[in-house]
Amino acid sequence: MPLSTRLFALALLALLLGFGPAHALTPQQAKAIAEGDSDERIAALNKAVADGTADLAPFVQALLDDAVKIAGDKVFVVRDDKAVDAATGAAATVPENAEDVVSNNRMKGALQAAQAALQLVSPDVETRRTAITEMAKQTIDESQLVLLEKAVAAETDAGLKHSLERMRAAILVSSSDKAKRLAAVKSLAESSEPTVASLLQERLAPDAETDPEVRAALTQALDGIRGKLAWGERAGVVFTGISLGSILLLAALGLAITYGLMGVINMAHGELIMIGAYAAYVTQNLFRNYLPGLFDYYILAAIPISFFASALVGAAMERSVIRWLYGRPLETLLATWGISLVLMQSVRTLFGAQNVPVENPAWLSGGVSVLSNLTLPFNRIAIIVFAMLVLGGLAYLVARTRLGLFVRGVTQNRRMASCVGVNTAKVDTYAFALGSGIAGLAGCALSQVGNVGPDLGQSYIVDSFLVVVLGGVGQLAGTVYAALGLGVINKLLEGWAGAVLAKIMVLVFIVVFIQKRPQGIFAMKGRSAEA
Amino acid sequence: MSLKSWFGVLASLLAVLVVAPVLNLMVPPDSVFHMSDFAVLLIGKIMCYAICALAMDLIWGYTGILSLGHGLFFALGGYAMGMYLMRQIGRDGQYQSDMPDFMVFLNWKEFPWHWAGSDSFLFQAAMVVLVPGLLAFIFGYFAFRSRIKGVYFSIITQAMTFAAMLLFFRNETGFGGNNGFTDFKRILGITITTPQMKMFLFVLTGLTLIGFFVFARWLIASKFGRVLQAIRDAEGRVMFTGYDPLRYKLTIWVISAVMCGIAGALYVPQVGIINPSEMSPAASIEMAIWAAVGGRATLIGPIVGAFFVNGAKSWFTQAFPEFWLYFLGALFIAVTLFLPQGIIGLVRKFTGHKDGEKA
Repeated sequence: MPLSTRLFALALLALLLGFGPAHALTPQQAKAIAEGDSDERIAALNKAVADGTADLAPFVQALLDDAVKIAGDKVFVVRDDKAVDAATGAAATVPENAEDVVSNNRMKGALQAAQAALQLVSPDVETRRTAITEMAKQTIDESQLVLLEKAVAAETDAGLKHSLERMRAAILVSSSDKAKRLAAVKSLAESSEPTVASLLQERLAPDAETDPEVRAALTQALDGIRGKLAWGERAGVVFTGISLGSILLLAALGLAITYGLMGVINMAHGELIMIGAYAAYVTQNLFRNYLPGLFDYYILAAIPISFFASALVGAAMERSVIRWLYGRPLETLLATWGISLVLMQSVRTLFGAQNVPVENPAWLSGGVSVLSNLTLPFNRIAIIVFAMLVLGGLAYLVARTRLGLFVRGVTQNRRMASCVGVNTAKVDTYAFALGSGIAGLAGCALSQVGNVGPDLGQSYIVDSFLVVVLGGVGQLAGTVYAALGLGVINKLLEGWAGAVLAKIMVLVFIVVFIQKRPQGIFAMKGRSAEA
Repeated sequence: MSLKSWFGVLASLLAVLVVAPVLNLMVPPDSVFHMSDFAVLLIGKIMCYAICALAMDLIWGYTGILSLGHGLFFALGGYAMGMYLMRQIGRDGQYQSDMPDFMVFLNWKEFPWHWAGSDSFLFQAAMVVLVPGLLAFIFGYFAFRSRIKGVYFSIITQAMTFAAMLLFFRNETGFGGNNGFTDFKRILGITITTPQMKMFLFVLTGLTLIGFFVFARWLIASKFGRVLQAIRDAEGRVMFTGYDPLRYKLTIWVISAVMCGIAGALYVPQVGIINPSEMSPAASIEMAIWAAVGGRATLIGPIVGAFFVNGAKSWFTQAFPEFWLYFLGALFIAVTLFLPQGIIGLVRKFTGHKDGEKA
């Protein structure tokens, strides 16, 4: 629309020079916008926008809603059978011969652009922010340049002004003036947004930019932005890797106790995780029904509830089944697999076979934006912190407390421990309950990032065992290294080969690794190694 | 073999070769003695499972190596047979193309490399044996050489089958992805759904099972079988007396895998479908429970176990579907806690047999 653009520019010039007195929408203007040839209507509309005409926004909205009628020189806005005069806003009666104003798609586009433009200069900073974000998502062309110039001049908020200047540069980069193009490239080079990178890439197409100097500047700017983006991507991969690793760690920590220390092959470990997740779900529902005011803090209550729910089930398992099978690992494997089937089916009976919804509390939703292409979700950060806390707590418990001492004593030499007066049967139950409780904590954490359903445990059991085996049985530090290492390796491979192939490669890697080092990363030394 | 066990083998031969075909094909459907097609299918299916249970027993019951990956060998045999059956569909598929439907759907123009030769029955029959056998050989060689044993071995076999399952779930690996292979029409040019064909497959499965049973008996009673049991009971001493356990373990491991592969190949044409769920870790663990329920280190036990567990499964999933997992779970627990020798052990306790089957 060359004509309208030119008119628009003229009008803008008039405005900048101070010739544009702000005045209310006149009946003549309303008629010009509502009736006639599309080109003329758009010109009138853009002139009105550039003039800073007051009360234009509701009229534009009405036109977009097809709520405008015209009769002779008068233009009416008709909503809910009530008509007002478009210019004065006074109530009016619509004559019989009034005709609907029809806007074609081109006109609609111009109206929408006008609406955005009006919002760009809105006195309310939030409205401006929304308008800018909206505009940034669309492809902007030269016709909006004048609007942007005006908005940049008027903008007071530094951040918004920056975004507007970025958008203006994106238009100017294809200007016919070389100096303007260079300045625009320079301004864009500071950006670190993926959209800017693709814009610069477009300009580098053979027929787009011919001037060698500008081309060089473009290439340099593009390299710079790509460099920044690459860092964001790398950091993103490492972060998701650590996040996955901490999930694996949480899932495997409990197993490091029950399998690593006690030698029980607990195939129901995954179901203990699932019970923890369902405990979090139940807590959430209780809070929603009885303490809606404290709903945001349900997760804090869910942590101990999940722990004790799984610990209780674990203690019952140990007392009823596992107690009789110590020292027969393959039998515990089968019996606990049986338990896992029963637990899974119980949950199906109680809660149904479908996944249940667990909501993030408000303070765990959203995330912190570190780089333009790197946002760290709060729930992921929380899981990493939580995993570290659980790890610290467990290390303290095993190394520094009386229970930890007993557990270590019993696992090292059961008869000797028994001789010096340790109730080994009780220690077994406590240790198993502790491992199970940590599985429950893992479930509580997992409920914040994934689906909670009866099959939840199944998806973690193979991974958990591999982490413990890879780390070296009986080695807490090995479990940590194995979990984080597997998490990061998995995510690195994922970017290169896709999720499923990455998983397969990790499994194959573990199988090969265990061939080389059957005892895991940290082999246990001495006599207990063969046990 | 004692006279009594020969009598048992003869009786089962008679049942498979004469009784079932007569009851299914000759007796009119309204007679009480008629054996329905459903029953034929169910028993045929369970006989395939029984071969797996027998294979499991050779490696676990007699050699002390618990595999949680036998479902993979079973599925590989099944897929090898399935590939042939897919090619036999010819142009009768949904899209009337030479290619299997799922490949047409993926817009593939030619067969991927691993489908070469899949139109030849003999070639695919060889694959049924070779693919599981070779995989078992490679995997077993490295695992046994590094002296991976006990639970470690169980867990990495589980990881192996899990990885394979993920791979077969993918469309681009050329195995029909999620849906696997189905909609078979004929085998060796003969329509697969005729009663005669069904009965033929049933009889073939029965004969294979009996053949494997006799073979396993011979194997276990031989010197080779005695070394296996010695390895199970005290591997260190076996090594000390100059045997190389690697060879023995590897041999029985490959035999066991091939048996499962053949069972899978017999299973697929009868059931009419093969998909990656056969490779799920749960399916492999279930095989172990068939052997454990029947009685480990007895040869008849695993077969009894396979029939008992799968018969119960068939009944439960029709009558009380929601109780099946409770039952299976309770069975796992009860057998490991109270019946370390399984059903056969229980029977012996009541009949007062102390020796009998124990080879």
